[in-house]
Amino acid sequence: MTDTVANRAAKATPQRVARKIKGLSDRAIAWIFVAPTIFLLLAINIFPLIWTIQLSFTNYRANRLNREPEFIGLRNYERILTDSDIWLNMQATAHFLFWTIALQVLIGFTLAWLINKKFKGNDLWTTIIVLPMMLSPAVVGNFWKFLYQPQIGLFNYIVAFFTGKDPSSFEMLGSVQLAPWSIVIVDTWMWTPFVMLICLAGLRSIPDYIYEAAEVDRASKLRQFFTITIPMVLPFLMLAVLFRGIENFKMFDLVVQLTGGGPGSTTELTSINLKREAFEKWRTGYASAYAIILFVTVFGLASIYVKALNKVKER
Amino acid sequence: MKKMTSAALGAALMTSVSVPTMAMADDLTLCWAAWDPANALVELSKEFEAQSGHTMNFEFIPWPNFADRMLNELNSGGKLCDLLIGDSQWIGGGAENGHYVKLNDFFDAEGISMDDFAPATVYAYSTWPKGTPNYYALPAMGDANGWFYRADWFADADIQAAYKEATGEDLREPQSQREMLQIAQFFQGREIDGKTVYGASIFTERGSEGITMGVTSALYPWGFKYENTPGSYDMEGAVNSAEAVEALEFYKEFYETATPPGYTNSYMGESLDAFKSGQVAMAMNWFAFFPGLYADPDTGGDKIDFFVNPPQNQAGSTLGGQGISVVAYSDKQDAALEYIKWFANPEVQAKWWELGGYSAHNAVLNDPGFKDSAPFAGDFLEAMNDVQDFWQEPTYAELLLAMQKRIHDYVVADQGTAQEALDKLIEDWTEVFEDEGKL
Repeated sequence: MTDTVANRAAKATPQRVARKIKGLSDRAIAWIFVAPTIFLLLAINIFPLIWTIQLSFTNYRANRLNREPEFIGLRNYERILTDSDIWLNMQATAHFLFWTIALQVLIGFTLAWLINKKFKGNDLWTTIIVLPMMLSPAVVGNFWKFLYQPQIGLFNYIVAFFTGKDPSSFEMLGSVQLAPWSIVIVDTWMWTPFVMLICLAGLRSIPDYIYEAAEVDRASKLRQFFTITIPMVLPFLMLAVLFRGIENFKMFDLVVQLTGGGPGSTTELTSINLKREAFEKWRTGYASAYAIILFVTVFGLASIYVKALNKVKER
Repeated sequence: MKKMTSAALGAALMTSVSVPTMAMADDLTLCWAAWDPANALVELSKEFEAQSGHTMNFEFIPWPNFADRMLNELNSGGKLCDLLIGDSQWIGGGAENGHYVKLNDFFDAEGISMDDFAPATVYAYSTWPKGTPNYYALPAMGDANGWFYRADWFADADIQAAYKEATGEDLREPQSQREMLQIAQFFQGREIDGKTVYGASIFTERGSEGITMGVTSALYPWGFKYENTPGSYDMEGAVNSAEAVEALEFYKEFYETATPPGYTNSYMGESLDAFKSGQVAMAMNWFAFFPGLYADPDTGGDKIDFFVNPPQNQAGSTLGGQGISVVAYSDKQDAALEYIKWFANPEVQAKWWELGGYSAHNAVLNDPGFKDSAPFAGDFLEAMNDVQDFWQEPTYAELLLAMQKRIHDYVVADQGTAQEALDKLIEDWTEVFEDEGKL
C-alpha cells in the first residue's frame, strides 16, 4: 500500500471513530459531511421560500397575531399586478437599473483601459478611484444629500459655475425630473470603481503576444480594440453587469438616505415599496406575493443572462 | 448534616415567604422618542428612583425611526420596554393587539381619575375605542403643532413699512392661514442683514409622518373631517370636500411660494435648523420644542415669539403628544405601574412642566399662573382646545402611509390635482377598512 494522503489520514483516525464509520460507503460519508450545509440551506432559504409562497395566498398580518389568516387565493397577486402605483415603482427601478449599469460599464471600462496604460502614479490613481466603494451606503447617501443641497451644496455650485444658472434655482432631490438622475449619479459615483476593477482584471488577463501578433499583421489600434480587447474582456464585463444588476435591483439604503423614495413616489424603487408593505403597513400576505413576483422576475432574467454569459465564455 | 439541611430549608422557606412582602428594586426601561422633553423626563425620573429604589433606564429613538422601531418591538412581543410613551395614533393597535395593559382597574385602585386631566388629551392619548372609558395610557405629554417667528424682524420699522407698502396691512402675528401665507410670501427671497431669507419652514417629509402632520395643520382650520359621521368610515364628501381641496391647494401654494429651496423632505429637525440658522421668518413645529427654542442664545429670547396655528374657516391644530403605557410583555409591570402612579401625582406634573415637559394635568393647566409661566403657555392652552388627531385605528400605519404618498405626490412632486389626490386617498383608505372588515 502506497503512503497516500488518504492512507495517512486513515492511520491517524482514532480507532474508536474508525470502528464507527467502518462499513459506511463513501457516498454515506459524503452525505454526513454535506448534511449540515443542506440542513442550513433548507432552514434559512428553502423553508422561508415555501412559507412565503404559502403566505402569499392569505391575508396574514404579522402584527395581528390574534387574527387567523384567511386563504384568499390569487387576490394578492391580482391586486399587485393591476396596481398602477406598483408599475410606476417598477418603471422607476428599471430606469435606475438601466442607467446605472450603462454608465458604470461605460465609465468603468474607460477608467480600466486608461489605468491599464501603466503610467506614472498608476497605483495611486487606482487607490483614489476605488475609495467611494469602500464607504458605507448610508454615509454616501448623507454625504450626497449635502452636496445636492440647493443653497450650500457643492454639486449645485459646480453646475452653476458651468451653466451660469443660479445654484438655488434647481433641486436635484426635490425635482421630479432630476431626482431619478440624482440617485443614478450617486450610485454611479460609488460603484463604477467596482466595474473598473473587474474590467482591469479582464484587460490584464489578455496576453501581450496577441497584440504583438496583431501588430505583425498590421492591424490598426481601433481594430485591435474591437477584435481583441472587447471580445476578451466581455465575459468579465458581463459578470460585472450581473453583479451590479442584482445589487441594484435590491437597492434600498442609498436611495432611502437620499430621497426617501420621493419626491412623491418618483424614486420609490420596488425594494423600498416592498419594505413599506411588509414592515410599515404589515400586510405580510400581500408583501409575500410581492416578493414572489420580484423573485420570479429576477430569477427569470438572471437565468437568461447567465445562459448568454456561458455562451460568450464558450466562444 | 441533616441539621444543616433543615436549617437551610427553613431559611429558604423564610425567604420565599418574606420576599413578596418586600418591595423589589427593579431595572425599568422607558422607551420614547429622542427629543428635548425626553431629557427633561430623565431629570424628572431621578426623583422616582430616589423614592422607589427602582432604577430607570431610557431608550430614546430618533423621531423618523421611532414608529418603525417601537412598533416592530411591540409586534414581536419584545421585552425591551417596560413603559412606553407611544404616539397617540398607536393607541388603537396597542389596545386591540394586546400590546398595552388596560389601566382601568389600576386607576380605580390607586384613585387616579381621568377627570384630573385635560379632556382632549384623555380622549386622544388614553381611550380605545375612542371616547369610551377604557384607558390604555395616562396622558403624559400634551402637544400640538404650532408656529414661531422672528419677533425682531416683525418689530423692525423698515420691514414693517415695506410690508405695509406691499400689502396695505400691518405686519403682525397672523390671524388666519391666508394672512400667514401673505406674510411668508413677503419674506420669501427678501434681503435681511445682507442675507437672503425665506418665508417659512413647513413639514414636507415623505418617509414617516411629516407631510401629513404639516398638511393637516391647513386641513383642520378649513374644516376637514375624516368621516361624515364619526365611526361610520363614510369618507366620501368629508375627506374630499370642497374645503379640503381648497386647504390642500393652499398648502401646495405655501410650499411652492414661501419655503426655502431644497426643503422637499423636511420635518422637525429641518424646521428647527432653518429657523436657528436665520433662514426663515416663520416655522411650524411641535410645542415640545418651544422651551428649547426660547432658550436658544442666537435666535431665542427677544428674537422669537410664538403663535397658535391660525384659523381659517374654524380654529384647528394638529395634535401631537403621547400617553404613557405599560407594555403587556414586560416582566416588571408592578414597578412600571408604580412609575405611572408617581407620574400622575400633581406635584410631579408641576415639576414636569417646570422642566420642559407639557403636562396634561388640570392642576397644572388650570393654575392661574400657568398662562404667564412661559411665552408659549397661553398658545399651548389655546391650541389644545381645538386639536384634532389622525386616525387612531389599529391600521393607522397603513392609513398614514397612504396619506403620505398621496399628499407628497401632489404637493411636492406636483402630480395631479388636489381633488384627485383626495379621491385616491379615499380609495386607499376604503381598501384598508374593507380589509379590516369595517366596510
